[in-house]
Amino acid sequence: MTEATVRSEVGSPAPMTQAVQAARRRAKMRHTLRRASVYAVAIAIALWILVPIWLIFTMAFSTPQDVRSFPKPFYPSPFSTDTIEFFLNTEGVLRSTLNSFIVAIIALLLSTAIAMPAGYAIARFVFRGRDTIRLGILSVRAFPVVVLAVPLAVVFIRLGMFDQTYSLALMHTALTLPTTILVIASVFMGLPYEFEEAAQVFGCTRLQAFWRVVLPLAVPGIAAAAVLTFVLSWNEVFAAILLTITNRTLPAQILYNLDKSGDPYKFAGGFFMLVPSLIFIFFIRRYLFSMWGQLNK
Amino acid sequence: MAEIIVEHAVKKFGKFVAIDDVSLTVDDKEFVVLLGPSGCGKTTLLRAIAGLGMVNEGRVLIGGRDVTYLQPKERNVSMVFQNYAIFPHMTVFDNIAFGLKMRKTPRDVLQERVETAARLLHIEDMLDRRPGTMSGGQRQRIAVARAIAYDAQALLMDEPLSNLDALLRLEMRAELKALLGRLGATTIYVTHDQIEALSMGDRIAVMRKGQIVQVDTPTRVYDLPVDHFVGSFIGNPPMNFMRASVQKHDGALQARVGDLYITPPDYMLAALRPYEGKDIYIGIRAENTEVLSQPGAGALPVTVEVVEPLGAMNLLTILIEDNVLKVSTHPDFPVVAGGQVWLLFPEAKIRWMDRDTGRAITPELEQVVA
Repeated sequence: MTEATVRSEVGSPAPMTQAVQAARRRAKMRHTLRRASVYAVAIAIALWILVPIWLIFTMAFSTPQDVRSFPKPFYPSPFSTDTIEFFLNTEGVLRSTLNSFIVAIIALLLSTAIAMPAGYAIARFVFRGRDTIRLGILSVRAFPVVVLAVPLAVVFIRLGMFDQTYSLALMHTALTLPTTILVIASVFMGLPYEFEEAAQVFGCTRLQAFWRVVLPLAVPGIAAAAVLTFVLSWNEVFAAILLTITNRTLPAQILYNLDKSGDPYKFAGGFFMLVPSLIFIFFIRRYLFSMWGQLNK
Repeated sequence: MAEIIVEHAVKKFGKFVAIDDVSLTVDDKEFVVLLGPSGCGKTTLLRAIAGLGMVNEGRVLIGGRDVTYLQPKERNVSMVFQNYAIFPHMTVFDNIAFGLKMRKTPRDVLQERVETAARLLHIEDMLDRRPGTMSGGQRQRIAVARAIAYDAQALLMDEPLSNLDALLRLEMRAELKALLGRLGATTIYVTHDQIEALSMGDRIAVMRKGQIVQVDTPTRVYDLPVDHFVGSFIGNPPMNFMRASVQKHDGALQARVGDLYITPPDYMLAALRPYEGKDIYIGIRAENTEVLSQPGAGALPVTVEVVEPLGAMNLLTILIEDNVLKVSTHPDFPVVAGGQVWLLFPEAKIRWMDRDTGRAITPELEQVVA
């Protein structure tokens, strides 16, 4: 080996290392920047959702005087249930809350009862037009209900179903059914068909296999879908305003009174609209996660 | 336990014929393996016997009873599924007891049967646990325990070992064979693994494109394949096939491969006579070819292309004209790639095949025709 090659071998590592280090620094910088921007966006989204919620909570538990004051406090001080009580004692609120519950429960029961067999059929059977039906269900979601407003009201009046709690429940069932069917279908699709076949070989009829094996495994997902129906119905306001006058649900009632009432009423109303959804979503969170493919692991 | 008879079964999925006129008789207490490449219809046939998908034509009889149009639960068969199909929401005990509970078996009998099955599969300590966190091997054991506890007339197994890792598969294979032998269960076992088929079955039914090609004992399927497909599907390495031309040489009917003339055994002469002047295939297993390190009478000099040491043997790849030959030798046999060896083909070990149909040329067949 000549001296020159030896020198070049000894000499070359140093500039190489510098270049590598510089590249590494740049890569690290880029990485840090990327992470920082992801976090920044995430924080922005979180704040966009959380700040109004926090504001509603603060206001709902402040005294009516504090609610009316400006600037508003950042946390309830003093803590008080006066605003809530004022809201609850307002004419029509309790009754509309009760209506909301009745409508949501009926919608939940109906839509689950219909969506379970429908979802099962879509998940398990290959029948003519299955994909068309699936697409049809999905496109119903994309259809603006507003377009149907007048015809719907007319039909309901003609059938003598106008301004009834149960008719609104039917409407909500129709509105939530597409989502519920697709969610429940995906729950069934996540369960291997082999389970049912095994149950059938070991002495079950198809129906027994469904009751003993499929249903227990699908219950979390079905419950999640049911809760979703409940929340959708609880929050739904358009059909509620359209189809009821005396039997208003809570959102319809609040919306109706919104421009006639002060801040305490609005914030307390917001709080009541928000809480059920938050509680439900908190409980079904893990089912919603498991719904998308982790169920059979 | 009982015998299973399938008569002229046909199963179609739309235009695709999955099972094409299959007949099969599995004797009482017999262990038959359905073997074939994927898509050959073996699982479809098993499912048709289980009642998970009825045949379009033909009949299925279990224990002399026509079950062709019965639901799975009415057929009194039990099954081990490929992905085990253990119910995750039940304890191991309830899983094994599932079939018995559906049959409303008295509590004490049920208890006893479940415990016996669990003991046989060494899972008696897990009965109270749920299968959620268990390994593949343990689930496999639960699935088998559930199947044998059910005490059905036939036991159907759909590639039960295919999801286990290699070592566990080897272990379970021997254990399953011993267990099923002791139980005397009429068993149909589906696999695409020919080693599994050879090692476990009383008989093997080799399937291809929806048809059963050959039903025979493992030794006969291995040694006397009925056609080119069976010979090249079974065995590792598969049977070697070389093109040979049948011609008169030195006044006798002989098969010429390269420069080598092979004299067929006397019992083959009549069968081979119609092939005079035509090409046929001659098939021989790697281990039946004798490899000599020096010239011998009737031995063909060849060049070794590749030497693969496999531990128990060395596998040589040899080219004879355009025929690729795999030949095994003792690991101590002195040979290197590019070296020369001499091959001897013992006539009795050679299988003769029609080149057009791929079917074996057998003396019996010729006698039947004549």
